[in-house]
Amino acid sequence: MRKLLLLTTVILVGLVFIARLFYLQVYDNTAYNIFEDNAIRKVYNYPKRGYVYDRNGKLLVANQPSYDVMVIPREVAPLDSLEIEEFCQLLKITREDYDKKLEKATHYSPRLPSPFVPQLSKKDYAVLQEKIRKFEGFYILKRSLRSYQTNIGANVLGDLGEVNRKTIENDPYYTLGDLAGKQGIEKTYEETLRGVKGIKFIQKDRFNKNIGPFKEGTLDTLPQPGKDVTITIDSDLQAYGELLMKHKRGGIVAIDPSSGEILAMVTGPSYNPNLLVGRERNKNFSGLFLDKVNKPTFDRGLQAQYAPGSPFKVINALIGLQENVVTVDERFTCRMGYYYGSRRLTGCHHHRSPIDMNGGIAQSCNAYFVNVYRRIVDKYDDAGKGMNIWANHAKSFGLGNFLNNDLSVGQPGRIPDGDYYDRQYGDNRWGSTYIVSNAIGQGEVEATPIQLANMVAAIGNRGYYYTPHIIKNIEGETIDSKYTTPKYTTIDKEHFEPVVQGMFDVYNEGTAKHIRIPGIDICGKTGTAENFMKIDSVKTQLTDHSIFVAFAPKDNPKIAIAVFVENGYWGGRFAGRMASLMIEKHIKGHITRTDLEKWILTHSLEDEYKKPYSGEPFKINGESTLQVIENYATEENYPIKNQNQSDVKL
Amino acid sequence: MLRENQRHFKFDWITIILFLLLLGFGYFNIMSASHVGEITSYFDTDQLYGKHLVFIGLTFFLIVLILSFEAKFYEQFASVIYLVAMLALIGLFIFGKDVNGARSWYGIGSMTIQPSEFAKFATALAVAKYISDLQTNMTTIKDQLRVAAIIFIPALLILLQNDAGSTIVYLAFFFVFYREGLQQVYLVIALSLIILAVLGLKFGVVITAIAATTVLTLVYFIRKKKRGSLLQYLVVLIVSVTFSYGVKLFYEHGLKAHQQNRISLWLRLEKDPSKLERMKKVEAYNLIQSEQAISSGGVSGKGFLQGTRTTGKFVPEQHTDYIFSTVGEEWGFVGTSAVVLLFVLLIVRVLYLAEAQKSQFSRVYGYGVASILFIHFTINIGMVMGLIPTVGIPLPFFSYGGSGLWGFTILLFIFVKLDSNKINEW
Repeated sequence: MRKLLLLTTVILVGLVFIARLFYLQVYDNTAYNIFEDNAIRKVYNYPKRGYVYDRNGKLLVANQPSYDVMVIPREVAPLDSLEIEEFCQLLKITREDYDKKLEKATHYSPRLPSPFVPQLSKKDYAVLQEKIRKFEGFYILKRSLRSYQTNIGANVLGDLGEVNRKTIENDPYYTLGDLAGKQGIEKTYEETLRGVKGIKFIQKDRFNKNIGPFKEGTLDTLPQPGKDVTITIDSDLQAYGELLMKHKRGGIVAIDPSSGEILAMVTGPSYNPNLLVGRERNKNFSGLFLDKVNKPTFDRGLQAQYAPGSPFKVINALIGLQENVVTVDERFTCRMGYYYGSRRLTGCHHHRSPIDMNGGIAQSCNAYFVNVYRRIVDKYDDAGKGMNIWANHAKSFGLGNFLNNDLSVGQPGRIPDGDYYDRQYGDNRWGSTYIVSNAIGQGEVEATPIQLANMVAAIGNRGYYYTPHIIKNIEGETIDSKYTTPKYTTIDKEHFEPVVQGMFDVYNEGTAKHIRIPGIDICGKTGTAENFMKIDSVKTQLTDHSIFVAFAPKDNPKIAIAVFVENGYWGGRFAGRMASLMIEKHIKGHITRTDLEKWILTHSLEDEYKKPYSGEPFKINGESTLQVIENYATEENYPIKNQNQSDVKL
Repeated sequence: MLRENQRHFKFDWITIILFLLLLGFGYFNIMSASHVGEITSYFDTDQLYGKHLVFIGLTFFLIVLILSFEAKFYEQFASVIYLVAMLALIGLFIFGKDVNGARSWYGIGSMTIQPSEFAKFATALAVAKYISDLQTNMTTIKDQLRVAAIIFIPALLILLQNDAGSTIVYLAFFFVFYREGLQQVYLVIALSLIILAVLGLKFGVVITAIAATTVLTLVYFIRKKKRGSLLQYLVVLIVSVTFSYGVKLFYEHGLKAHQQNRISLWLRLEKDPSKLERMKKVEAYNLIQSEQAISSGGVSGKGFLQGTRTTGKFVPEQHTDYIFSTVGEEWGFVGTSAVVLLFVLLIVRVLYLAEAQKSQFSRVYGYGVASILFIHFTINIGMVMGLIPTVGIPLPFFSYGGSGLWGFTILLFIFVKLDSNKINEW
């Protein structure tokens, strides 16, 4: 027994040690990662970020150097007051600033570099560069910032911001202080644009001093420059769209139907992309982001889900033909609305009656489409089955789901199916009469402007579309094949011709004849969508949204467009005019209908938008008067040329 | 007999091989931990590892010298050796040189010698000599006190030189005394005191008192035949609680601030987060760096001379007391468990040989060797991994330094010599 005490203790201690070592080195230890090794300093070498060009080769986004004066407080040599005076003058700061900044940097870390004066102007940099050597502990750090060559397209181009902790955790490529795309093209093509940063591994000691290259630099890499990209946007058309959208809220999306390329993507109100560069970025971004009324960072062309209104009728016409429940020539009567027994399910405006499909589309007859829609749903004994087939057709136009493209934001919209109503009303406890609003694009149907633009592109192509996308060309790469492969709708080609003719007659004799553009055969469809808002928890109707979709020319269309103007009243009033102008701008390159242009530029909806927040009762639609503005922007004075970012004020 | 013919060569080669393995592996780790700049040669005496290689060379002369003496010499001169060692310790108060606040070095030219490293084997010899005396009976209080005095003298001298770590080493002799007949009750008392001290510090005197009462009550009811009087139990209880309170008082007022903080960190006594944060940066800096170095080694380590924390000198004192963290970083779990295994094998081997000795002197000395190696091994590696509070003592045969290496070598090889001679004992 006495012999065993030390023996057992020795063996016990040995086992405890091995267990502890196992815990430290095997169990608690993930594979060695040099990036997590704080004995190795990682020095990054940032490559040039790729430039962004528009479809005509115009440079939109480039880089600019930025110079920060950095300080390592411990290494600051004592300066006499004259020297400090000189240094302060060079940096254009006061003596108090100097003391305060140095104290702040020391507080952060005496050993690590802190920014002392960020983003010197080029002039100050040139002077300081010569003299910085005199001031030990200070040095100039060169960074690269984005330089926008334009002040349009903020929602398209996006911006760069410092990566947050979550991004760093998810993607080990990034380190604190790195910039990455936050919105727009900068976000979706981040990896293409940014390139790959180079890295040097340096062995350091416990005083944070460099000892030398780690493993003789064999693991070091060179930076790979980011690639330049060309986007499908036509910057002139984009700028024109933004000009038209001034003083209004809404979105415009224009697509080239023959390729799915997005020609313009306007949201209103927008902002100047230069606001999100440099020292003021955080302040400006908060200002934009927190504007919950105007929501300038909300892309209404991509994210706003509105009831599509009458443009959706053409989809019902196509489904009706495909499902063989209506013929082109069949006429329906309209008694200023659709009656179910003696109950009016939906109203209509004054037009000739009875009316065939061409007239139904051109005159936008509600009753006609309720008839067609009910026939589609009621084709089978089970309304659920009918709805599913209907939804399937509608979805084949890219509605009711994410487009799955290269835009940083998007919304799915909504195409209800049988299951949807089963959930709403209970299994089989509903019928076609419950849901007739879908016939005229109100009800449960919702779509974003880009979905509507894509929908008309598919109609213009007579049955197929290319996924709308913004990338045209990446230096040395081919673009994703999903953007070059057509997607076919479930509607047979021959059914499109009568519907296209109907949309053509919208311009010829229908709801849009006053906005015809001489020399261009436009096919379009107006829309007017009722909308409501909760004001002090009372559901209040606001002025209708003005909607317009169109494509042109009628054969081999070059442009498909959807325009949505919030509270713009009827479709032809704002949206239709704007769509016509955009089409003319794109096809002819100049505007002949200057009367239309002037009307749009001189009319503002800003008063209209203030109404719900005024706290007073207000009138809507026809009863209210439209605001006219005197000092309006035109193409000449709306600045779309190069502009120095320092001139920009929020 | 056959064995008699071979007696001069009957050294225990297992012990010697284990010793050589530790020495060799230790050298490579010292090289990693101490080199400055490029390694141009393994024998670069401008570098610490080169110097250590000189120490190793001298070690072999020392071994030859030790083995060439008659085994009887050590027994006969044990008292003289002890006396010389004690004089050397006393001399420090006059001729000694301060290094890091401890006055435990003689400076001879550019060299320094630490006599406390040599006092260990001298004490082991003296203890063996005293216990193996025919008239000594370890069960008597008189002999217990005398043998305690033998270890108390060097322990006190070393403590006075401000080297608390080396003082703790002398606790190792408890194992020797226990093996040689010290009553069981001492073991019980020793364990109880350790438990009382830790309980008192960690949970306070009240909880300790409750725990002690519970244990004593249980003991009272279990021991049906020899219960003793209740008064005895009460005395034990009062002594226990007083001891626990005394430890707390000593911890709060008797210890130096850094010692207090080391214990506080070990038992996680500090509750104030800002103070704890500061302690982590100052007192626990070595420990945290060392633990990080060890765990960053993973299963197979980063490779010889490839340890980034070792190369960057992140662990202070890495070539001396914290040498094990180099093993951890560069050789991984494979290397560290091998070192632990080598030490366990060496100690067990010495123990086995000690038990096989015919002379009591050799056995007691062998036990002393095993105990001293064991306590260094336990405290050093335990500390480097954060299992026990920081105590600055070297890892035998591994840590950089001449005195330590020679002290341990002499300690071990006197036993190797004694063991080789066991056949001559009657």
